[in-house]
Amino acid sequence: MSQHVGYSASPRLRWTEWLPWIAAVAVFFVLPDYLSLGARVLTYILFALSLDLILGYAGIITLGHAAFFGFGAYVTGIMAAKMGITDPIIQLLVSGVAAGLLGLATGAVILRTHGLTQLMLTLAIAAVCVEIANKATDLTGGADGLSGVVIAPILGMFKFDLYGKTAYLWCLALVFAGWWLIRRLIYSPFGASLTGIRENSIRMHAIGAPVYWRLVVVYTISAAIAGVAGALLTQTNQFVGLNVLGFEPSGELLVMLILGGVGRLYGAFVGPLVFLIAQDYLAKQFPEYWYFGIGLMLVLVVLFARGGILGIIDGLVVRFKTRFKARQT
Amino acid sequence: MKITTSACAGLAASALLLALPVAAQTVKIGFISSYSGAAAAQGDQLDKGVKLYMKLNGDKLPPGVKVEVITRDDTGPNPDVAKRVAQELIVRDKVNILTGFVWTPNMAAIVPLTVEAKIPFVSMNAAGAKLVLASPYMTRVSFTICQSAYPLGLWAAKKYKTAYTAVSDFAPGFEAEECFSKGFKEAGGTIVGSVRVPLANPDFVPFMQRIKDAKPETIFGFNPAGKAATAMMKAYSDLDLPKAGIKYIGTGDIVTDEELQGMGDVALGVTTIHHYSASSDRAANKAFVAAYKKEYGENLYPGFMVVAAWDAMDAIFAAIRAQGGKLEADKAMEFFKTYKSTTSPRGTFSIDPETRDVINPEYLREVRRVGGKLANVEIETISTGIKDPLKEFDKKK
Amino acid sequence: MDAFLSSLVSVAFHGVAYGMILYVISVGLSVTMGLMGFTNLAHGVFAMAGGYILVSSLGNAVPFPLALALSFIVVAAGSVVLERLLYSRLYGASELEQVLFTIGLIFMSVAIARLIFGTLQQPVILPEYLKGQFSLFGRDFPAYRVFLILFSSAMIAGLWFGVERTIWGAMVRAAVDNRAMAQSVGINTKRLFSITFAVGSGLAGLGGALGAEIIAVQPTYPFEQLVYFLIVVSVGGLGSLRGPFVAALLIGITDTACKYWVPQFGAFFIYVATIGLLLWRPAGLFGKRA
Repeated sequence: MSQHVGYSASPRLRWTEWLPWIAAVAVFFVLPDYLSLGARVLTYILFALSLDLILGYAGIITLGHAAFFGFGAYVTGIMAAKMGITDPIIQLLVSGVAAGLLGLATGAVILRTHGLTQLMLTLAIAAVCVEIANKATDLTGGADGLSGVVIAPILGMFKFDLYGKTAYLWCLALVFAGWWLIRRLIYSPFGASLTGIRENSIRMHAIGAPVYWRLVVVYTISAAIAGVAGALLTQTNQFVGLNVLGFEPSGELLVMLILGGVGRLYGAFVGPLVFLIAQDYLAKQFPEYWYFGIGLMLVLVVLFARGGILGIIDGLVVRFKTRFKARQT
Repeated sequence: MKITTSACAGLAASALLLALPVAAQTVKIGFISSYSGAAAAQGDQLDKGVKLYMKLNGDKLPPGVKVEVITRDDTGPNPDVAKRVAQELIVRDKVNILTGFVWTPNMAAIVPLTVEAKIPFVSMNAAGAKLVLASPYMTRVSFTICQSAYPLGLWAAKKYKTAYTAVSDFAPGFEAEECFSKGFKEAGGTIVGSVRVPLANPDFVPFMQRIKDAKPETIFGFNPAGKAATAMMKAYSDLDLPKAGIKYIGTGDIVTDEELQGMGDVALGVTTIHHYSASSDRAANKAFVAAYKKEYGENLYPGFMVVAAWDAMDAIFAAIRAQGGKLEADKAMEFFKTYKSTTSPRGTFSIDPETRDVINPEYLREVRRVGGKLANVEIETISTGIKDPLKEFDKKK
Repeated sequence: MDAFLSSLVSVAFHGVAYGMILYVISVGLSVTMGLMGFTNLAHGVFAMAGGYILVSSLGNAVPFPLALALSFIVVAAGSVVLERLLYSRLYGASELEQVLFTIGLIFMSVAIARLIFGTLQQPVILPEYLKGQFSLFGRDFPAYRVFLILFSSAMIAGLWFGVERTIWGAMVRAAVDNRAMAQSVGINTKRLFSITFAVGSGLAGLGGALGAEIIAVQPTYPFEQLVYFLIVVSVGGLGSLRGPFVAALLIGITDTACKYWVPQFGAFFIYVATIGLLLWRPAGLFGKRA
């Protein structure tokens, strides 16, 4: 997983980086019946981007990232259903800040540890969040979920409609914002130091870089973005259930990101897209084989294709180029 | 007389039109159940009910009318997936009606959809009591927990003076606890203690120990029908609570027909109240069980979820026939509100026009060994039609 | 007071039984993680396999002792195959890759278990001599759990003896302390890994089988129990034998005690306690400082 072609390139936008956005806009016009699936894919792309930031770039392994996602989802849900705050922009901001604070609090504590201990702590924190959500029935609706979530039209004009058109464009706008933010972060000196920490943290200590605080900062940012993604989910569904928390969504997200390719920004685009569409189509036909297939895919990716789908594509491109060059000479 | 080409075309066209058979009308039913994930066993029960109904009664429609069932998977208690899948059924597949759902949160998630798109929804299982009031297009043919728990409380207080409640730690468990306790106390009993058992951990022994030490005369148990039922039964027997004279009672979820055989002799004597038992002698049920066994295997028993799915399909088909082969939303809801079925395997049930919830018969059953197998034998009919008590209590307030 | 003492005894008893099972299952994980440095999250799969083997054997009228032995042997043998074929390729890999790989294994085994056995919990048909109650000092204890405690203690004693007193044990301890040095003194670490992995996984299978009454055998077992095994190992300390033992007993007793006295907090307390313990002692109670 250390082949990171995306990072070492120059920060200027390559033409291929426009493709996802063109495709997304095209989908809006060409596939109007698939917009709710599209909104779901976009939400998970944002979520995956937040995980890639800490996993792919900073090298923090977590099995509980859904804690921030779910926290953001519930904060928006509770604001809308129990406190009457229905403006979507305010909801996103508050969810992001709240999830970020949770990330700061937990990150400051667990980033002092390493290895299994750190992994265990991420699991334990996620498990605690699930327990709290299950018990605080008055706030969260418990196992029945939180309904009565009212989302006001965006900017007073765009209502969340039955066909999912508003939801899709709203998610797209936010994914764009998140992507832009993360891209700036990665190509900055701060981003470079993150890669340094991931590759060789001892040397980073030796050159005097404040490793611990860098990690806490990136963990906080990642948590905030995950919280915004969770809020998006609540807004597009007008409902929050317990399934946004815990090990299952965290694990699933990990699978999506690995499938796409970790540490290369666009893996977070490809992974959720392929995974969610395949799941929508295949899981219904062959539920047990789907589950087996995900497991098999993970094993194969780790053994043979560590860069995920984008890694495979890169490999093919390189091979094509060398063959092309060889033919030219 | 000159025959113009347009005249020829016109003649040909009319000839063709006359030759075409009457255009087939298709009513599309969107059926959502849980096929993957941990809930697959329950989702499978609904699926079996729908498939069995379609096989045996799928053609009982006015001539030229067809019914198409489009099935989707909500993957478990995932309301966001449920909502998206329902949305796609409405927008892409253009279904006339939605049905299914094992899980209450999934039903809750589609409330705004049914209102905005004006699509009726018939719940085959999702049992959250107040939920059916949330949208004028929702109705239910399954059950509510209180329909069984409240009368059980009233009945138990006549036999036992003290009770301890042990329910699973989630919303349906709280409903069961609330309704049983209310009934039990109203009829003069005393609740000596209550405990909520975490859903995740299946080891009930410490809880049973605590209950044993409190020495109640009976335990009221509730858990999600499935593996928790077996685990709780086992703990009850492992700690020798039967010997200590503590009887185990509950709603039908603690001895569901599909799990019952696996529980073994420990389940003998357990008394429950529920709206359906696979071993009932009713003619309609005997025919139903026979058809089920023939289709799916002699060793299998239909649980209450299969019956609910069957009854939902029956109600929908009746609505289609009543509208002459169509299914228009508002007319369908008016039909459902006054719906009554006398041919259901569970007996007679109807829908309450005020709340659109199901009015169920409730039977007192005891686990006995019949013909070498365990069965929930119906020993008494508690009531031929109970409305959901929770909503009735709200009315009185 | 008498009732309180009685409940104390009860909690201690059930807590110890649960803790012992946790230990028997998790000790293999502690050793392999400490020895091979391999983050094997799929350890629960071996326990689940042992449970299924026991249940299937009992269902086919195989005598209980033989069924138990089978669960150890078959799982151990299966783990050797897995180790040689798959695990060994990832010994030098990063932690992330090991985590992902083993999660993939969990997904695959859950699907296979569902396909073969269905989603319902497996009923355990105990032999008659292990059913019922066992009287001790005027109290009744479930006979099976008494058996559990005694049998596990014997297994644990055997394991500790094996690690402390045999050559194999000495090699394991050497390799855990300093693998490079152990290799340079001529210890065949590859074979050592395989044997130790087999023993650890076999024990997990045995623990899963023994504990089938307490920890239900069903397809999502490796997911649901993963947290507990990891807690035992991380709180106890990687590579140590005594640490996880203390941790497992602590967890077993506190979990049972909480369920008994403050059931509304349930599993909550265990997670909070784990977080607290790990922050206080990141290497575990008995682990080596990094």
